[in-house]
Amino acid sequence: MTTIPAVLRHSTVLARRSLAKPSRNTGPLMNGVVTPALFMVLFLYLFGRPVAGSTAEYLQYLFPGALVMGAGLAGMVSTGTAINLDLKNGVTDRFRSLPIGRTAPLLGSVLADVLRYLAAVAILFALGAALGFRVHGSALAALGAVGLAILFGFCLSWVTVYLGVVLRSADGVLAVSFVAFVPLQLGSSMAAPTDTMPGWLQAWAEVNPVSHVMNACRALLNGTPDTGSIGAALLWSAGLFLVFCPLAVRAYGRQE
Amino acid sequence: MGITCGFELDGLIKRFGRTTAVDGVSLAAPRGQVLGLLGPNGAGKTTLVRVLATLLRPDAGEVRVAGIDVRRDPAAVRRRIALSGQHTSVDDELSGRANLVMIGRLLDLGRPAARRRATELLTRFGLDEAADRRVAGYSGGMRRRLDLAAAFVGQPEVVFLDEPSAGLDPGKRAELWQLIRGLADDGVTVLLTTQYLEEADALADAITVLDRGRVIASGTPAELKRQIGGHTIVLRPSYLADLGTAAGIVARVTGHEPDRSHRDELVAPVTGDGEFFEIAAELRAQGVELAELAFRMPSLDEVFRALTDLEEAA
Repeated sequence: MTTIPAVLRHSTVLARRSLAKPSRNTGPLMNGVVTPALFMVLFLYLFGRPVAGSTAEYLQYLFPGALVMGAGLAGMVSTGTAINLDLKNGVTDRFRSLPIGRTAPLLGSVLADVLRYLAAVAILFALGAALGFRVHGSALAALGAVGLAILFGFCLSWVTVYLGVVLRSADGVLAVSFVAFVPLQLGSSMAAPTDTMPGWLQAWAEVNPVSHVMNACRALLNGTPDTGSIGAALLWSAGLFLVFCPLAVRAYGRQE
Repeated sequence: MGITCGFELDGLIKRFGRTTAVDGVSLAAPRGQVLGLLGPNGAGKTTLVRVLATLLRPDAGEVRVAGIDVRRDPAAVRRRIALSGQHTSVDDELSGRANLVMIGRLLDLGRPAARRRATELLTRFGLDEAADRRVAGYSGGMRRRLDLAAAFVGQPEVVFLDEPSAGLDPGKRAELWQLIRGLADDGVTVLLTTQYLEEADALADAITVLDRGRVIASGTPAELKRQIGGHTIVLRPSYLADLGTAAGIVARVTGHEPDRSHRDELVAPVTGDGEFFEIAAELRAQGVELAELAFRMPSLDEVFRALTDLEEAA
């Protein structure tokens, strides 16, 4: 059996391969930077004054949501699609006939995406700062917020990795991920606190793991860390990973 | 016999839903042999290769590669094999060198060792000049050579080549054959699938013919040709009206009813050029004017027809 250090080593080699491919960098750039930046700017000027009274105030509320979006939520769309495309290429046959763990090609792809989203987060922070966002928490808390958002993105992406392995076409993966993306991203505490919502939406938004992650990041960045939402975000991340990573790896191993 | 065997199959069955792609195939190649697996599209060649390469699990039967049961220890098998598929499995967006180094790294070579091995293989496969260009810009032949080179990074004991020359023009094909022959000379066991009799003839020490998932013939290339009767005569009278007379002559001389599936042409196996000259003389004597008369080595089509006819008769 392949050992865990071997899987990590092989995943790193494969992650490097993914990072060297220009075509794999466009999707994450669009999804990790352009999409959240657009949402942030538009929401800021659409809702800033009506919701929070001023755009400056609203940015403090909105930015962490955009950060979570850029750190992996938007990326879940391209991660699954890329894996689906890889599977159809003969390269996968070669990987599968090599003495490397079945997890390595999937993990390699996801790890590369995590690095891409780290870059996306840095760009978003620069943009946020330019618009006037200020971190009120400690540097450590801010790093914690980034780490949490990235961790959640990593864990959530295993859902789309699973879809990428199981579904036939990349178009299908894209369609399903996008349909899932909208309620996860927007049916959350991103644009407004959940207690302002009608009951049915509030019920969803409060269950939605994305809300927990956004609340946790928001609290960390604004200097009011909240263990409740951090705990919920960590639990959700662990749960998603523990369910979907094995499912994806099993489906990948069985792929015929 | 495990140690002396490159690979062996015994009663392999592989089904996909209700279709049986491989239906009870047994074959074996001693170490260092090139076994040619010949068959039309859909004969089950690729499925068989994929089972041997641990990409598919067999439904029934014994499969051993380098003496190891593929079901019991696929990881150990993967350390000893390499696969070069009919769909080239190299990464378009990386350079040839980067592709090979990556595979070396996945095979746990250190970075310097992986680089050395890549350089060595690039030279051996004639890709020195293109080494640092992106594979997307490679020609079909270069791509195939790179794919083959990728198969040899790990110095495998057994190599599976699935239609290595599919889609290559004849000049490139000969070049590739030379490379494959060279590898076999190093003592590697090779399984080669092909649709070209010519290719199996040029490379294989032994040939197994597969049709609809079953072995319908096996032997050395020479044995196989003898078995299917060698040459063929093709004749086309100038006047369609003479076709019946000509068919009568062919049948009398060869003892076979000629194949009349073409509108104006007769095809029949002959056992030697003696029969050919006899037919020609007889046609002349009976005043049959000819548009075409040919004495040919069997084409793959004819081999299959002959073999499947034997199969059905049995």
